[in-house]
Amino acid sequence: MAGERGLIDVQGLGKRFGYRHALQGLDFTVQRGERLWLLGANGSGKSTLLRLLCGLSKPSSGSIYIGGWQLPREAHALRRQVGLVAHRPMLYDKLTARENLAFFGRLYGLDSQECTRRSRALLQQLGLQKRADSLVASFSRGLCQRLSIARALLHEPDLLLLDEPYSGLDQAASEALDELLAAANRAGCTILLSTHQLERQPQALPRALVLERGRIRSDGSLSSVEAQAQLRAVPA
Amino acid sequence: MSRHYWHKALAIAGKDLRAELRSRELLSVMGLFALLSLLVFSFALELDRAAREEALSAVLWVTILFTCMLGLQRSLKPELEQGTMDALLLAPGARSALYTGKLLSNALLTGLLCLCLLPLMTLLYGMNMLDLRLLGTALLGTVAFCGIGTLLAALTAQTRASEALLPIAMLPVSLPILLTAVRASKGILNGSNDWQAWLQFLLAITLLYLTLCILLFPSIVEE
Repeated sequence: MAGERGLIDVQGLGKRFGYRHALQGLDFTVQRGERLWLLGANGSGKSTLLRLLCGLSKPSSGSIYIGGWQLPREAHALRRQVGLVAHRPMLYDKLTARENLAFFGRLYGLDSQECTRRSRALLQQLGLQKRADSLVASFSRGLCQRLSIARALLHEPDLLLLDEPYSGLDQAASEALDELLAAANRAGCTILLSTHQLERQPQALPRALVLERGRIRSDGSLSSVEAQAQLRAVPA
Repeated sequence: MSRHYWHKALAIAGKDLRAELRSRELLSVMGLFALLSLLVFSFALELDRAAREEALSAVLWVTILFTCMLGLQRSLKPELEQGTMDALLLAPGARSALYTGKLLSNALLTGLLCLCLLPLMTLLYGMNMLDLRLLGTALLGTVAFCGIGTLLAALTAQTRASEALLPIAMLPVSLPILLTAVRASKGILNGSNDWQAWLQFLLAITLLYLTLCILLFPSIVEE
């Protein structure tokens, strides 16, 4: 089912907030294991699209199928397979980094030993091992972002949705994130990454979906230069 | 309700209690409010001993209800403010487990205060309130208040005037709980036999409210 339609199959997708159209008539397909960049200026609809794709928001029109499941009606069947890094870190500031990961591990039904092992590995990869027992309230924006990435990867999702994941990250953390994403992608994880900053991106983007005022402006491979030019030309 | 349902609910309750025990923000505010309420009632009813004895169960329940509302306002609001509500909604399993977890943590915190209220009232009002039947009634009523309050807190937390809206929404819906709980407590304190009937009525209302809340909660937290 998923093989024929692609892992993600979006048809005529629209989202309206009152009279304002955040997204209009989006059609695209994403294959399993693909890595898709969502580009666009602020307010172009990237975050709204990601919220729709993880089932947190309901479309005003059109349809979304992920792995054959229709969203949001059958989103419950997908939740275990989706990891989300959103604008806000979605962490508890009165818990330590380790406690946050242990909590989310329990929510996703991870065995405690497995959760401890994965948490330790992610904390180390993201350079947080020394702050593992510090309260999140004492974390800077960048440290919160790193922990948020660890939270999203903890249950080893098949579909990873990242909304501006590089924001707040320093050079070392950005490189660690690149490595983690590459490893997840090699393991078959499908990645949708939204950004309006292309400094961190490779020379060529295998596939980029450029959004302009809630509509698809272009969909295909782009060189870094082309992508930069597209972004400069796209108004919010 | 599957094993994963309870696993998720207990994880949420455990997380809330751990955070609260660390900061003690809610417990201290609720405790102080309950103490001040009892003191105010004590002074207000000082002159008339008969009226004070008559009003004792009402004082207990009004204090529990208002203290409960104070705690409930801080139950779901931080989840929305910090964006963690989205993370909870994204987690696999029934969304009503989120309600059950929140209910457990709210009821445990308010129940803990109930344990302190009865000896405190015994001291302040000079009437023995250390009765296991009264404690059981207080805990059941607390579960009922927290049950309906957790649902309404989820409903109102998404609005700008949530602090004002929660009491407005909760007070009318809480009246059946309040009336039966006051009657049951009064019966226990006066030594009359009708307390058991009122307690059964309170139990029935609690079960009805909890069932409705568990069914309604998932649709309330959806966009």
